[in-house]
Amino acid sequence: MSRLNLLVARIVAFFKRSDLDRDLDNELEAHLCLLVEENIARGLSPEEAHRTAHLKLGNLVSLKEAHRETRGLPVIDTLLQDLRFTFRILRRDLGFTFFAILIVGLGIGASALIFSIVNTLLLRPLPFKDADSLVWMANKQSVPEQTTQVGYLLDAREANRSFEELGAYFAYYNVGDIKLTGDGEPERLTGIPVSQNFFHVLGVEPQIGRLFTEEECRINGPAVVLLTDGLWRRRFGSNPEIVGKPLRLNEQSVIVVGVMPASFDFASIFAPGSHVDLYRPFPLTPETDRMGNTSAIVGRLKPGVSLEAARSDFNILGPQLRTHHPERNEFEPLLSSLKEHVTGHLRPALLVLACAVGVVMLIVCANLSNLLLARNATRQKEMAIRVALGAGRRRLVRQMLTESIVLSGAGAIVGVLVALVGAQVLTHLDAISIPLLSNVQIDFGVLAFTLVIAILTGVVFGLVPALQVPVIGVNESLKENNRGSTGSRKHAWLRSSLVVAEIAFACLLLVGTGLLVRSFLKVLDVNLGFQPERVVAIRIDPGTAYPTQTRRNAYFDEALRLVQNTNGIEACGLTDVLPLEGDRSWGVAGKGQVYQREDYPEAFVRIVSDGYLEAMGIPLLAGRDFTAHDTTDSEQVIIINKTLAEKLWPGQDPVGQMVTQDGGRRVIGVVGGVRHVTVEQDSGSEMYLPMRQTNDYSAVQLVVRTMLPQASVATALRSVLKPLDPNIGANEFRTVQQLVDKATSPRRFVVMMLAGFSTFALILAALGIYAVISYSVHQRTHEIGIRMALGESARTLQLRIIRQTLRLAVLGLIIGLGGSWLMTRALVGLLFGVTSNDPAAFIGMVAILVVVATAAGYFPARRASRIDPITALRSN
Amino acid sequence: MAEIRSEIMQGTLDLMVLQTLDAMGPLHGYGIARRIEQLSENALVVNQGTIYLCLIRLLQKKWIKATWGTSENNRKAKFYSISKSGQKQLKAETEDWKRISGVIGRLLELTPGR
Repeated sequence: MSRLNLLVARIVAFFKRSDLDRDLDNELEAHLCLLVEENIARGLSPEEAHRTAHLKLGNLVSLKEAHRETRGLPVIDTLLQDLRFTFRILRRDLGFTFFAILIVGLGIGASALIFSIVNTLLLRPLPFKDADSLVWMANKQSVPEQTTQVGYLLDAREANRSFEELGAYFAYYNVGDIKLTGDGEPERLTGIPVSQNFFHVLGVEPQIGRLFTEEECRINGPAVVLLTDGLWRRRFGSNPEIVGKPLRLNEQSVIVVGVMPASFDFASIFAPGSHVDLYRPFPLTPETDRMGNTSAIVGRLKPGVSLEAARSDFNILGPQLRTHHPERNEFEPLLSSLKEHVTGHLRPALLVLACAVGVVMLIVCANLSNLLLARNATRQKEMAIRVALGAGRRRLVRQMLTESIVLSGAGAIVGVLVALVGAQVLTHLDAISIPLLSNVQIDFGVLAFTLVIAILTGVVFGLVPALQVPVIGVNESLKENNRGSTGSRKHAWLRSSLVVAEIAFACLLLVGTGLLVRSFLKVLDVNLGFQPERVVAIRIDPGTAYPTQTRRNAYFDEALRLVQNTNGIEACGLTDVLPLEGDRSWGVAGKGQVYQREDYPEAFVRIVSDGYLEAMGIPLLAGRDFTAHDTTDSEQVIIINKTLAEKLWPGQDPVGQMVTQDGGRRVIGVVGGVRHVTVEQDSGSEMYLPMRQTNDYSAVQLVVRTMLPQASVATALRSVLKPLDPNIGANEFRTVQQLVDKATSPRRFVVMMLAGFSTFALILAALGIYAVISYSVHQRTHEIGIRMALGESARTLQLRIIRQTLRLAVLGLIIGLGGSWLMTRALVGLLFGVTSNDPAAFIGMVAILVVVATAAGYFPARRASRIDPITALRSN
Repeated sequence: MAEIRSEIMQGTLDLMVLQTLDAMGPLHGYGIARRIEQLSENALVVNQGTIYLCLIRLLQKKWIKATWGTSENNRKAKFYSISKSGQKQLKAETEDWKRISGVIGRLLELTPGR
């Protein structure tokens, strides 16, 4: 306690420096006067009295100095002194300072940005109350393993002992399901049907109004809707009066009961890369149960119940429920934490990015160490003078470290700016399907991280040069001229090792990036099964004006006719779901085939019209496409893909066979497979039902293959479709390429980041090589002069210097390649279509590094060869 | 060697200042220095300025207090006086000092046994 008091007293004294100094001055003045008076009283002459008084009191300057040290904070005093000196030094060499700060700034900026992403996605809990007790319940028996039948959800709610609550959203909503008409421009909105307790499970409250009531969540209950904050601001100008008012949605009057807060972003968690406008009630009733596996379940564990316990609970409950309900779909609950579900799949990629940025920081440190070493070489004399004047080694090291930490501190400020800009860009990236990206921010944690990194960086890159400083004896240094002495030879060795390390790290980074770039190219090169280029889609749902199948068929005929006759349209068709956007699947078997319940074949379903296959570019392998005559009046037909054909009728001609679907449909055609789920993954069995023979679809997308640019397609289609639907918004058009881009966006994101890091690393390595070689040329000017005077040709000289460069590069490459060989195995999970020791990536990157190294060595070599021997010999 | 001596000096000087203030009541720096010189019969020759380092140290430890006042020759001067905790400290240190000097005294009185 008294120690703390003493510290407080010292801090106070530090800040009241001038007051205390004045006090002391006054005291000493008084003391002196008293001494003089005493001396005069003893009979001394006034001059003698003064002299003796001064002698008695001692050296006032050093006394004042000692006083300051005793009462204040001498450490900080020294620090301030070091800082003042540092600023003077750095100002003197502005070019170096600017360059160093830029390098550190970019490095720290990249680190801080990656840290903020990792922090948001992996370290911080999801943005919900008690997010750790939220659980995602998938269904292993569903394709693709996510959704469950409503009946099971209701039964599980009753029977389980682990969950406080189980809620769900309806996973088969479509983008633009809801047409908003009435005041203002009509527009298509995306609404998520959610169970009554869904928000309660997540612990989210509306910012205005209330959540849905029980009654509103019954089939045919009161029509109500909750708005997202985004829609409320954009469309309704944040008017709180909207609550309680009716909106015109899908030609029905729907009451707004509340507005959800901005902090709750459904899309960024459950559907990254998209956006959501509304929430609607999702009734959990026999009616929705009959729709099949449609609910995506989220639960909140009871306090004190672990995920493990809940798993064992459901391992027993799952089979029980399944046996009780043979009439239902299969159910095998698969529990994971909600966070794992949302971000788990990105962990490997993020770890790779984090490691990459770490390697970048190491290169930055090596580079700056090198720059500082080079600069210190020119400061040897200054150091020697300071030592001669009595500066201790520790003090000099501290001075050097102060310099490097000031540099890295300034770099950190630049870095924070870089990270802020980066975060700003990230949060405004649209259509990147990485969750929580909009939550990335430079918060206190990131700033703390940056501070630590800055200090660490400063110490790491400053330490080698700092310890290097007073090694050389004073005498030697002061005498040293530019002819290489032992000291500078030792420097040269150190600097070469730093460059070798830089090259090795850069090599590691480049090889990793090379592998991921190759994977990305392979992904782009994947045969999707359709051709996304120049295909535009727009929703043209018939709406309530077309209540019967016959009326709707007439509507489709008319729509397709109008579009077909438009200039610039190559093909057009209708579908309920676009590729990569939906994954509805049904059980299907050949007529007469018998399967066990658990291996009953399932296929993805698309409800399409004639022309769709051509418009989307899906190849017809056998049989025929649908026609406008495949209606309710004609034979029930179906088109299947090759995979399903081989599954149901291996080795037989599928065309003409019957499937069980809808009481029997004849297979009229076989098409190629389409990647529906992800670009990387083959999607398996698929089937296409004619839109004119069923009403089991929840959206109608017009798909158009065109030669026109997107904007003019939109104008053209809006005008031709006007007679059918006057309310098509201009922004409702989407290109299929956008869907593909969105599906590959996480991979693109990682590759772009890595490519950026690698480029930076490569530039730094090149700079490192350049600096070392030019320094060595500069050091050896004299030697070069002699050699040239003795007749060495410019060419041999250049070759010799380039050979020296390549020696460094090759050494770095050997170490780097060895490292890469071991490290790239960690990338396996991220690779696609290449192995972790893909020769192309390795050889390509080696080539790039060798070229860059040669170039970096060439410039100093050329300069060396132009040295005039006379001047060189005359110098120093 | 020089450092060790000054360390001893520092502690001793602190003790002497405390004792002086305790015995004499409030004094200014000059007075304290004078007093110590007289008592030590000029055996402890120190720069009188050193007293101020000791004073600021004791002030920061709150063992003494300082107030501005007027000296005998009508000058503004800072008067120091011992505080409660200073008195406690003085007592403790005096005891320590006596104990240690007793031990050292006895040690020095030892004569070769053989």
